[in-house]
Amino acid sequence: MSRDNYELVMGLEVHSELSTKTKIFCSCPTEFGGDPNTHTCPICMAMPGTLPVLNEKVVEYAVKAGLATNCEISRNSKNDRKNYFYPDLPKSYQISQFDKPLCEHGYIEIEDDEGNPKKVRITRIHIEEDAGKLNHSDFGGESLVDLNRAGVPLIEIVSEPDLRSSGEVDRYLKKLKSILEYIEVSDCKMQEGSFRADVNVSVRKKGASEYGTRTEMKNMNSFRAITRAIEYEADRQVDVLEDGGKIEQETLRWDDVSGKTFSMRDKEDAQDYRYFPEPDLVAIRLSQEYIDNIKANLPEMPESRRERYITDFNLTEKEARLLTASKYLSNIFEGAEKICGNAKAVANWLLSDISRILNEKEMEPSDIPFTAEHLAKLVELIEKGTISSAIGKKVVTELFENPKDPEEIIKEKGWIQISDEGAIKEVVEKIIAANPQSVADYKAGKDKAIGFLVGQAMKETKGKANPQMLNKMFIEELK
Amino acid sequence: MDITSLTVHELMEKLEKKEINSVEITKAYVDRINDKEKDVKAFVTTTCDDAMKRAKEIDNKKENGEKLSPYAGIPIGIKDNMCTKGVRTTCSSKMLENFISPYDATVVEKLNDEQIISLGKLNMDEFAMGASTEYSYFKKTANPWNLNTVPGGSSGGSAAAVAAELVPWALGSDTGGSIRQPASFCGVVGLKPTYGLVSRYGLVAFASSLDQIGPITKDVRDAAMLLNIIAGHDERDTTSYEAPKKDYVKALKNDVKGLKIGIPKEYFGEGINPEVKAKLEEAIETYKKLGAEVEEFSLDIATYALATYYIIACAEASSNLGRFDGIRYGYRTENFSNLKELYRNSRSEGFGPEVKRRIILGTYVLSSGYYDAYYKKAQQVRTLVKKEFDRAFEKYDVLLTPTSPTVAFEIGTRSNNPLEMYLADICTVSLNIAGLPGISIPCGVNSEGMPIGMQLIGNKFEEEKILNAAYTFEQEYKFRDKYKPDLCKK
Amino acid sequence: MADVSREELLHIAKLANLNLKEEELDGYLSNLQDILNFANVVNNADTEGLGETIGENDKFNVFRKDEVKVFEDNEALLMNAKEKERNMFKIPKVIS
Repeated sequence: MSRDNYELVMGLEVHSELSTKTKIFCSCPTEFGGDPNTHTCPICMAMPGTLPVLNEKVVEYAVKAGLATNCEISRNSKNDRKNYFYPDLPKSYQISQFDKPLCEHGYIEIEDDEGNPKKVRITRIHIEEDAGKLNHSDFGGESLVDLNRAGVPLIEIVSEPDLRSSGEVDRYLKKLKSILEYIEVSDCKMQEGSFRADVNVSVRKKGASEYGTRTEMKNMNSFRAITRAIEYEADRQVDVLEDGGKIEQETLRWDDVSGKTFSMRDKEDAQDYRYFPEPDLVAIRLSQEYIDNIKANLPEMPESRRERYITDFNLTEKEARLLTASKYLSNIFEGAEKICGNAKAVANWLLSDISRILNEKEMEPSDIPFTAEHLAKLVELIEKGTISSAIGKKVVTELFENPKDPEEIIKEKGWIQISDEGAIKEVVEKIIAANPQSVADYKAGKDKAIGFLVGQAMKETKGKANPQMLNKMFIEELK
Repeated sequence: MDITSLTVHELMEKLEKKEINSVEITKAYVDRINDKEKDVKAFVTTTCDDAMKRAKEIDNKKENGEKLSPYAGIPIGIKDNMCTKGVRTTCSSKMLENFISPYDATVVEKLNDEQIISLGKLNMDEFAMGASTEYSYFKKTANPWNLNTVPGGSSGGSAAAVAAELVPWALGSDTGGSIRQPASFCGVVGLKPTYGLVSRYGLVAFASSLDQIGPITKDVRDAAMLLNIIAGHDERDTTSYEAPKKDYVKALKNDVKGLKIGIPKEYFGEGINPEVKAKLEEAIETYKKLGAEVEEFSLDIATYALATYYIIACAEASSNLGRFDGIRYGYRTENFSNLKELYRNSRSEGFGPEVKRRIILGTYVLSSGYYDAYYKKAQQVRTLVKKEFDRAFEKYDVLLTPTSPTVAFEIGTRSNNPLEMYLADICTVSLNIAGLPGISIPCGVNSEGMPIGMQLIGNKFEEEKILNAAYTFEQEYKFRDKYKPDLCKK
Repeated sequence: MADVSREELLHIAKLANLNLKEEELDGYLSNLQDILNFANVVNNADTEGLGETIGENDKFNVFRKDEVKVFEDNEALLMNAKEKERNMFKIPKVIS
């Protein structure tokens, strides 16, 4: 296929809503949802005569994000107006930052497709306001404007065109999301639109040094959609070039249903945003002390947690990396470990059964419904022999459906392990009687036959018998 | 007693002595409005019934022994670009003909806190763009000194209403001279405060970095009092200053001995009407006689400031006026089938030609390819203008210039030539560019009896100096005793 | 000398969402030319080494605390809109 002769070149513009209590320029709540136009005031509705006042937390959160992504923090910064008409933008200008963003020249580290470490450079991070939302009217072909989201604070994180595959983009975005979650500046809920990525895609012949013409893709609402959109767009661009055509620089809208991209704006409307400094706001000047103070209070980053997991808990590099990929996973791990003290077992549960269920249910670690205490209890119950690991798996499944104390779950379901010698002996005798061939094999020196017998006994007890006791008792009975 | 001919401080004395009550004052103004408004056409909206109701409430409270503000029961007029909850705020534009603000401007809140009573909203050039009030969508306000001439602008309704005694005092706004020039044309006092002294919250923006609200009054003491009420930090306006509260009335010492007055000679050059110049020269002599140290010097920035002004003001306006899109408020065309038509037709039908002209100029100077040559350069020239003024204020306490190169001109004689109209702002705009305070007071009339204004410019936050200088001249010259508009002359 | 073409004027009008009627075009064009020619004097000013004045202010760092204040009079916020549905502003259909 011709794609093999081409290299993909991508840069990302990520918009992430900041988790402040109030909007960026007024005191309205940022809460998601709410009846239309109820989280509004004269300022975010752009009533004549109103003026913006910058929320101090927005600056702080953006600086945090900059420090966590190795950016230089600008000591002198300002806000600018970006002028364009759109019904979701009530002032007809967006207050953003043009030539003096708060953060510049950063990077984050990901793995490339071969698993080697790779730095993706971050050009800049700036603060700006989100727009409102357009809904469809119940009757007729009209649109309806809801300004609840207008003025919710955003940071825009712009990367250099350093990404070379959809896999890298996926890892970059997940890493970025994880960082923003770790430093607690954004909820990064993709399905609520609080974490959005626009991807600039171009292709070039392998070995070429010039970049190709890029298109900008918008409206991808999941990691999966982003990967699909990139693959689709790369194929499309290569096809165009292979047919001797030219790529047009344009903005494309991804349609997840049809799996295609569509051109968003006709050329007649060439944009000219007429940026100029926002005269209603004053300059932002950050002291080194202010920046240092934020730096000193940054929460522990995934890299540092990873190191600690390897040295303190004896986890493998891979286990540590997977656990720390999400703050939520990592927090559950640390919480459960603190209670039960069995890091290995907690890690195993999180990385095997729990991760598998998350995948199956297309859930994020932040959606895990049970607590670290529940997980710790589960590990303890297995350690004490109250339940077997087989029952443990069933408990985990149950925890997703109906999160509560595992002890209660096993009581309700009658999953307590049979550790009573009399009861075990009864089962062992029954199985020995029913499987003369295996008994003979064992006696002939085939030690493996014990495994089969224990398995049969587990089956008989629906997994509730204590496997160690079964093992011991079979050996004794067959002596 | 002719109530409407009194200044506010005179009214307050009588209120204090209980020689008069608020209903009597308000009634006198309502009667005057009923009698004279048809000739002056200063109001876009009058609120006389409501004013009378409030006056009664205030009198009742006083009779019941409630302690009220000393200003309680004094009427006022408000330029129609300051938001008032419950009363329409039109900016004299078709665009906002029926707009009711959901909130009060900070200055309006301050008036309400003092229980000052609004008589209504005053006419202006549409969105404060103009210098004659001829660009109002609703009506052309007449100058009380000659009803065939303009009152100046953009706060023409405010200045004419004060001069015609339809209100005892008024609020105006000044972006490039819009308080001072109409005050000059109408023979009243107009003060543009230092940028940041008065909150802009609730003032419908024309040019955010230039706009300031200020008083238009019969005399300097009233201007100082009204400034006392409206000045002060507002957390809703980040460009407003946190300065200690001053009592500007205390600055009125009737003494200019040793005051250093600089006369920038370029402001007296070509284009200044000879009669205006002559009156200004007389005023300079008066200051000398009163013991001020007067010196001519060179301040060659007026043309640069004017060019800079039109670039920056229009650029900011083009952006500030983007919000008028026919969706949430304001004029909405009937004639549209898609979003683009809704936008374009609403804006094209809702804005008048001068507003469109400035939006186009502002859009042009910000557009790609021209930003550096115009907007960026203008921002640098703005720094230059500030520096030149800084130098001047190292030597002088106050600068003295004409307010306008001419007296009021006849209605309809200039509005066809925008550039000529813009050039008439030459004396006033440099203060807005540098953020400085300025006051215009009458210093005589010309051979046709039309008032001439003198502008006193102060350094930032030195309103006290220009108020005292103005007051001292006023006490000596006694303009109000000598001249009065008759509201008949045509 | 500023030299604005009709096409440029139409482009600017489009950016500003204004319709200019054919018969108005020449008027606006000559006004714009006149004013720009005058405004060009800024380019004669010696601004060597001078910074830009941004806003009219030497203030900086004026921030607001992150505390919710609800604007109670929701009705007043919507009362000026000509067309509404379910508390939202109605506009012609926009594909988003």
